[in-house]
Amino acid sequence: MSTRNTFIVALCALATPALAAPQPQELDAIRAEFEQKFQALQADYEARLKALEGRVQAAETQAGAAQATAQTAAATAEQTAQAAPPPPPPSSAFNPDISLILQGAYNDRAGGERPISGFLPAGAHAHAERGFTLDHTELVMSANIDPYLRGYLNLAFLDDEVEVEEAWFQSLQLGHGLTVKGGRFRSGIGYQNEKHPHAWDFADNNLVYEALFGEGLLQDGVQVRWLAPTELFFELGAEVAKGQFFPGSDAGGDQNGAGSWAAFAHLGGDVGASHSWRTGLSYLKARPREREGWVDDLNDAEALTRFSGDSRTWLADAVWKWAPNGNPRERNLTLAAEYFQRDEDGDLTCIDNSLDGGACLGLTDRYASDQSGWYAQAVYQFMPRWRVGTRYGRLSSGDAELGLNAASLEAADLNPERWSLMTDFSPSEFSRFRLQFNRDEALVGEPDDQVILQYIMSLGPHGAHRF
Amino acid sequence: MRTAFAFMVLALLLAAPAQAALRVLACEPEWAALTRELAGELAEVDSATTALQDPHRIEARPSLLAKARRADLLVCTGAELEAGWLPLLQREAGNGRIQPGQPGYFEASAQVPLLERPTQLDRAQGDVHAAGNPHVQLDPRRMATIAAALATRLSQLDPAHAARYAERNTDFQARWQAAITRWEGQGARLKGVPVVVHHRSFSYLADWLGLVVVGDLEPKPGVEPSAAHLAELLGSLHARPARMILRAAYQSAQPSAWLSQKAGIPAVELPYTVGGAPGSDDLFGLFEVTLARLLAAAP
Ligand SMILES: [Zn+2]
Repeated sequence: MSTRNTFIVALCALATPALAAPQPQELDAIRAEFEQKFQALQADYEARLKALEGRVQAAETQAGAAQATAQTAAATAEQTAQAAPPPPPPSSAFNPDISLILQGAYNDRAGGERPISGFLPAGAHAHAERGFTLDHTELVMSANIDPYLRGYLNLAFLDDEVEVEEAWFQSLQLGHGLTVKGGRFRSGIGYQNEKHPHAWDFADNNLVYEALFGEGLLQDGVQVRWLAPTELFFELGAEVAKGQFFPGSDAGGDQNGAGSWAAFAHLGGDVGASHSWRTGLSYLKARPREREGWVDDLNDAEALTRFSGDSRTWLADAVWKWAPNGNPRERNLTLAAEYFQRDEDGDLTCIDNSLDGGACLGLTDRYASDQSGWYAQAVYQFMPRWRVGTRYGRLSSGDAELGLNAASLEAADLNPERWSLMTDFSPSEFSRFRLQFNRDEALVGEPDDQVILQYIMSLGPHGAHRF
Repeated sequence: MRTAFAFMVLALLLAAPAQAALRVLACEPEWAALTRELAGELAEVDSATTALQDPHRIEARPSLLAKARRADLLVCTGAELEAGWLPLLQREAGNGRIQPGQPGYFEASAQVPLLERPTQLDRAQGDVHAAGNPHVQLDPRRMATIAAALATRLSQLDPAHAARYAERNTDFQARWQAAITRWEGQGARLKGVPVVVHHRSFSYLADWLGLVVVGDLEPKPGVEPSAAHLAELLGSLHARPARMILRAAYQSAQPSAWLSQKAGIPAVELPYTVGGAPGSDDLFGLFEVTLARLLAAAP
């Protein structure tokens, strides 16, 4: 390293004359110095080369010895074992791993929209369908691109569109605990966010993620993660992204620079052989512009709102897993909980709907809200293939500051909540049937008892599942 | 003054133990044990799993990610055994050394010919491993081949100590061959003994000792034993009796206990890997205990 530095210094010294045009004798002195340093460098390299040669020779003799033992061992192995031909590389060796998720349900629930009271809608097609529904068909492809990068694509098929859920590349060779991801990816914030719906423990989303992101936060941008070289699992991550997805908006993402950024820290480990845990703290900043959302106004008419301002979210999460001796095959228990706090500050316009009997007159004024919520869930596999689980979520819409819009929109502090109970049966690792009951009071004052019968099928290679 | 200085030096030495050259993370305990045989104090060896855990079904826990982050070498079975968790560790640990194709990733199953390569890749056949049966560690002859390959890999990663690895390998091979000869002598009367197995975990053991596998408790590889399948298996045992039922320490005792009672043959729990039973603390112990239990069940 130091010799390289001297070399660079020498090169710079050589290069500077052209710029500074020094006196000829000065040049000679520099040249002499360079010559001297260059010779020293050569001598140093020669010595190192010799040392290296010696080591290579030593290694060769060792390898020779190792090979000899290997050959005898292999010979005995071949004599006795019925020698099958060496396995060919798996068929997918050069092709992307392709898997397909088939997911559908039968829902028994109240009809119509059931927005979360007191929250601006996160603009997702929240599984509001009744009866038989085909809610998610996903195609996943991934492969190493070259020795340095890996690529991943996840497409979700809906009736008349194909949604790019994720499409990213990831670094493999940066080392030092660093991993960089670029493209569209599920944000690393929170605990559930990175999980696709087919990996959820319940048939529908929890109330917290539904209120915060609709389904989960997607980011179009870059993510950097760093894993500390410690016994304890300690990970830091940061993301900068376009920010067009809720709580951002299309107009907010239409700019140079980043419309949203996020940061997260995770800490985790084991307690004995049977317990493992992870906790996290995340922060998300978005700057929505003209973000549209339909709400019911004070006249109970549909009103379109537009919000421009800042949205800041804190998310704390914890998960605890238990399995006897760390072997989850027979029995295991997972406890997870997340808490969020979000404040939004900016201007809200309620588009004039007075002609339709609405209360909005197209006024724009300051809007400030401070909302929070949490959910907790427990899922227990009591025997192979069978699990039961329960989940509770509760939100607080907070007292929104509406300014002039207080005359047309509701500002009360509401507490939407939802209880869920589920049981699922998995004939194999690749298939699952689930029955779930919800007592849904997300729409405050209009409770709904819901029954969901769901199937999730995965075709193709083993997916490696996240913790 | 001098004693104080000596004391300080001693304290420093104690506080900073000699830095092990290589950090090795083994996916299964047998590879941790093999690495310890070959590297001794030259490596700091850790195992991602224990003998009481099913290597097919491991969670990519945060603690494992933290271990993978610091590893210079992963020693794993391969052949898709760890497909449900290892790729995640490799990808998310931010450690370029242990990626597939790098010298820091060693696959034991890639060093030896595999048995039971499926002719047809169809999930209707259960959780089939495309490359063949990955549970190679219970054939000591294959273990010898893998040991030699691993010794070469260790010297490649740590050339400064190449001589030591070669020396230790030669020593291990000599002790191992002697042990194989002894075990083969002891196990001679197991040849041709028909057995039922819980999962295809003992195919290589059967191949080595000449045991004949006549039935599986799992209807298909990786699929839980069902009552219907067990009843069917019991029926087939009338026509083709077995002498014992084998299961690994991490597998549920229930199905083999049920069949053992109905068929009147012993259910034998084998350590399957290092640490799976008292006395199986290293590779030699693993085979000693395995043979002792088999011989006790087949008088
Ligand atoms: Zn298997």
